[in-house]
Amino acid sequence: MIPEGSLLSAHDLRKTYGSTPALDGASFSVHPGEVVAVMGPSGSGKSTLLHCLAGIVNPDSGTITYAGRELSAMSDAERSALRRSDFGFVFQFGQLVPELTCVENVALPLRLNGVKRKAAERTALEWMERLEVDGLGGKRPGEVSGGQGQRVAVARALAGSPKVIFADEPTGALDSLNGERVMELLTEAARSSHVAVVLVTHEARVAAFSDRDVTVRDGRAHNLEYSA
Amino acid sequence: MILLDKPGTTGAPAPPRPAPPSRGAAVLRDLGLGIRFAAGGGREGWIRTLLTAVGVGLGVALLLLASSVPHLLDARSARDQARKESPASTASQSGRTDRSVLRVDAGSDFGDETISGFLMRAEGADPVLPPGIDRFPAPGTMVVSPALKELLASPGSGLLRERLAYRITGTIGDDGLRSPGELRYYAGSDTLTTARGAHRITEYGGAGETDPVPPLLVVLIVMVCVVLLVPVAIFIATAVRFGGDRRDRRLAALRLVGADIRTTRRIAAGEAMFGALLGLLLGLAFFLVGRLFVGSVELWDVSAFPADVVPDLRLGLLIVVAVPLTAVLVTLLAMRSVVIEPLGVVRRGRERGRRLWWRLLVPAAGLSVLVMKGRVGEFDPVDPVPIATGAVLVLVGLALLLPWLVEACVNRLRGGPVPWQLATRRLQLSSGAASRAVSGVTVAVAGAIALQMLFAAMSADFHRATGEDPSRAQFAAYSEDVTGDAATSAIERFRATEGVDTVIGSVEAYATKPGTYAEDDVTPTTSLTIGTCATLRELARIDRCEDGDAFVVHPPGDEEQAEWVDRTARKGKTVLIGEGMGREPFRWTLPADTPTVTARKDPMGEIHHGIMATTGALDASKLPGATIVAQIRVDDRVPDIAEYVRNTAYRIDPGMRFVELNPVARDRMYDSVRTGLQVGATVVLLLIAASMLVSQLEQLRERRRLLSVLVAFGTRRSTLGWSVLWQTAVPVALGLAVAVAGGLGLGATLAWMIHKTVVDWWLFWPMVGAGAGLIAVVTLASLPPLWRLMRPEGLRTE
Amino acid sequence: MSIGHTLLGLLESGPRHGYDLKRTFDEKFGQDRPLHYGQVYSTMSRLLKNGLVEVDGVESEGGPERKRYAITDAGITDVSQWLDQPEKPEPYLQSTLYTKVVLALLTGRSASGLLDTQRSEHLRLMRILTDRKRKGDLADQLICDHALFHLEADLRWLELTAARLDQLAKVVTP
Repeated sequence: MIPEGSLLSAHDLRKTYGSTPALDGASFSVHPGEVVAVMGPSGSGKSTLLHCLAGIVNPDSGTITYAGRELSAMSDAERSALRRSDFGFVFQFGQLVPELTCVENVALPLRLNGVKRKAAERTALEWMERLEVDGLGGKRPGEVSGGQGQRVAVARALAGSPKVIFADEPTGALDSLNGERVMELLTEAARSSHVAVVLVTHEARVAAFSDRDVTVRDGRAHNLEYSA
Repeated sequence: MILLDKPGTTGAPAPPRPAPPSRGAAVLRDLGLGIRFAAGGGREGWIRTLLTAVGVGLGVALLLLASSVPHLLDARSARDQARKESPASTASQSGRTDRSVLRVDAGSDFGDETISGFLMRAEGADPVLPPGIDRFPAPGTMVVSPALKELLASPGSGLLRERLAYRITGTIGDDGLRSPGELRYYAGSDTLTTARGAHRITEYGGAGETDPVPPLLVVLIVMVCVVLLVPVAIFIATAVRFGGDRRDRRLAALRLVGADIRTTRRIAAGEAMFGALLGLLLGLAFFLVGRLFVGSVELWDVSAFPADVVPDLRLGLLIVVAVPLTAVLVTLLAMRSVVIEPLGVVRRGRERGRRLWWRLLVPAAGLSVLVMKGRVGEFDPVDPVPIATGAVLVLVGLALLLPWLVEACVNRLRGGPVPWQLATRRLQLSSGAASRAVSGVTVAVAGAIALQMLFAAMSADFHRATGEDPSRAQFAAYSEDVTGDAATSAIERFRATEGVDTVIGSVEAYATKPGTYAEDDVTPTTSLTIGTCATLRELARIDRCEDGDAFVVHPPGDEEQAEWVDRTARKGKTVLIGEGMGREPFRWTLPADTPTVTARKDPMGEIHHGIMATTGALDASKLPGATIVAQIRVDDRVPDIAEYVRNTAYRIDPGMRFVELNPVARDRMYDSVRTGLQVGATVVLLLIAASMLVSQLEQLRERRRLLSVLVAFGTRRSTLGWSVLWQTAVPVALGLAVAVAGGLGLGATLAWMIHKTVVDWWLFWPMVGAGAGLIAVVTLASLPPLWRLMRPEGLRTE
Repeated sequence: MSIGHTLLGLLESGPRHGYDLKRTFDEKFGQDRPLHYGQVYSTMSRLLKNGLVEVDGVESEGGPERKRYAITDAGITDVSQWLDQPEKPEPYLQSTLYTKVVLALLTGRSASGLLDTQRSEHLRLMRILTDRKRKGDLADQLICDHALFHLEADLRWLELTAARLDQLAKVVTP
């Protein structure tokens, strides 16, 4: 059931919002350092799949295993702790805390994890440098462009040294050039740090940055690489 | 361009462009548009309008309530006067008529409640009736106020039922009661006589003349009004701004389709006016509904009949005009600091920061008005205008100072744990909303502190130290005009009461020197106290005492008085006891070997001097008329001991005066002013808590998505909870600091003006506690919505 | 486009005459380029030779002789393999893909599976191009981008078709 060597895997997930099924028997797995694109038309349940995999939402049924631990058996607090320590997140928009400066935003996951402010901000600056936004440290998110903000968000996702980064339409609000640069920086940083990436997107050109793709249709994940 | 060529329009003339509307019409159109937005802006628009309307409504209801206070007080005192016995009727003790009534005050206490009541006996066929009852109570029955009826029916009042063991035959109507919660009864009797302390009355209705309010009290009342009404005004101004950000964005969209800045301002004004007008209606509704419940609500012993709560016409009109006007002005003022551009809203002037100097001017001006007014003589008539002006300027000045201070302090905050960082950064970005709400707290608290200091400073006037010593006796009972016989039995009955340790029971009468005196000569008189040795030892420093002894008692350190005592109390000679009581005086010879001793204070703090005799020396039951004084020490551990003793007292004589000994006596008027302040401050703080809560929730709702993202990160609930707490606590703490400093300054100034010294600088702690309570309430109340918003569903709404 | 596989697929629903095959083909796929009868004849003889079809019977009522063809088991397997095999992603692929989708619908095979396979193949190529772009110089990047944009257009078409499969099935199956 759990593919050999996988870091995070899900089997037969079901999740219903109200009366509409969002996931209907979806299975998924990702290996350490692997970039997997989750594709599918809007409303197909790909975001729900990501939320379940990340332990943000509890599926109605099915199993999610992360590094040998069963996610659905964990308490809310344990899953929160896991998200703090092992996962990173990039969303399409509205994810930076507007009143914190960029470097404080990047340092946030570290600080939530108990790292001291000085040390956290030092690490944050290193990551911002790698994502080519180190000049924005003292600025607030409202004062930087969309592409820069998204790079800050990527830096933040990476700063906590996660094992998995969940990216939900990370380039959705960007033009193709900026979007591609963000994807390039994200995947490069992830591969070099051996971080797995679960990338939800509906854009093929974004998905092309992945190692493998999974299509979600009607709440079911079609994993062609394994069936072939 | 074939594509653009619309067939059919080429030949027909274009419809004429409508002429631009005149200026007045444009204003009306824009205001109307604003009203349409406020009324028809979808669900969000309605929520915003409703929030404003509810906020304004609460403020208006409170203002209407405040404007009803004069009428309320008038109506209360009018009813109070109407049921007093007419002075004319008491003056002419003359004769019994068909209408005359004998009555005695038979008020009593039960627990903490005071029950007023009278025993009444009709002397003719058509006795006068007090207001509120239509039939004279027959002997053994009583009419009671509804509140007393309820109290008597409640399970815990068995001892009271035992005391007021009359059959209830009716209730007292509203016009015979001061307030709905008043405990009062009229009981019928067939044994009352004037000889046993009853008054004969033939008419009700006092002479309308009440004591003028003392000048110091005028100062207090003016201050109380200022302290309570300024925060309400601030609250209304805050409520008008609810949802302002969203409105600004909507106006930006209007700019995109061609509205100019003036138009957007007028639209905003229209929206604000609509909200305020709706608030006015809501406020009226709140007021009318609240009025119905005002009778059942009792705050610190204050309740009122709904019919009494009628706003003053002029004040009411002022409210109706001023509230919408304020709403529009505040909106326009608030919009001065933002520029609404077609593509969004730009806040301006944030970099410049708030300026300090003009904010300092206002409180400084207030203080100088007060100082220039100078000191007020204690009995001079007080002109409240300069005092009120000065106090208002100081308090409003504090409210103005606060935004600057919050900004200045918050901008210096750096680092700290994550919740602290989130909160302070948030405040740095926009401290205005927080300081606005908090300025209401500041005014209320500063005013309350100043007032309390003033109260404390004036307490020497209002609080007399009574000299009563509850460790020697907790209760005292007096019954006048009883025979000596009855007096001794009364003391015995107190002694026999369960839980009573000792009774210092004495029978008091007057002794005079026999002889005839010229018309303008004062008959040498001294008091005579009869009791057991134990009792007498409580009243004088007596070494040896046996039953049968008598003493001449001199007051300590008063030669003149001692000599006066000796003129009557001549050892070995006769004195007359009960002279002038309408009965034959009793003659008694003071034994020749009577020692002279010095008096000491009794538990009530009084000095008894004159002649003291043990019961063996002088049989009290032979005295023609005497007063019983029983000072009673009880075992505090016996539950309801006070009620047992009161019941005994009531059985002995319903008209017996019965007091609980207290080291401090309070003035009732002072108490009522303080009560008013407490009630008002509580309501104001709740109101401010409500407005802070609304802003907090509004802000949280705007941040729904961000909160979900933070949850995705694994942010703990407690982290965000703490940040919400800090976000409220920091401005409130600063506001309290300003309030404490300003309040102490104002209080000291006012105390100086009335020639008093500040006795207690630490009176502000309760208000600081109330402020902390406010923080807690706002934080706790915003947690459930915060938890709800922190659910991951927020990530799905895009 | 492989006419042989298409005709084979059409035969799956039952034996047909050569002329019948041409008519059906024209009706379903040949809107702008009808098939010559000679094309049908030569294709069928090739298929016959390879054992993918067989002659079911011959009619000659008052005219030229007409052969009726039927698909063999080997023929059915061949059609399946063809449908399962994704096309090499290249520009202007739609007509082949369209044919495949319709045939899959006609023969009751999984059209959405076919589309997924194709999507996956397209993405594989896009991934390779993206990788090359990342390592290459500006010229490489521009060339790759051109291809990527075309492939993306194909993918969009695939997604659109996948979303409309039910509608299409109603139209093509009588």
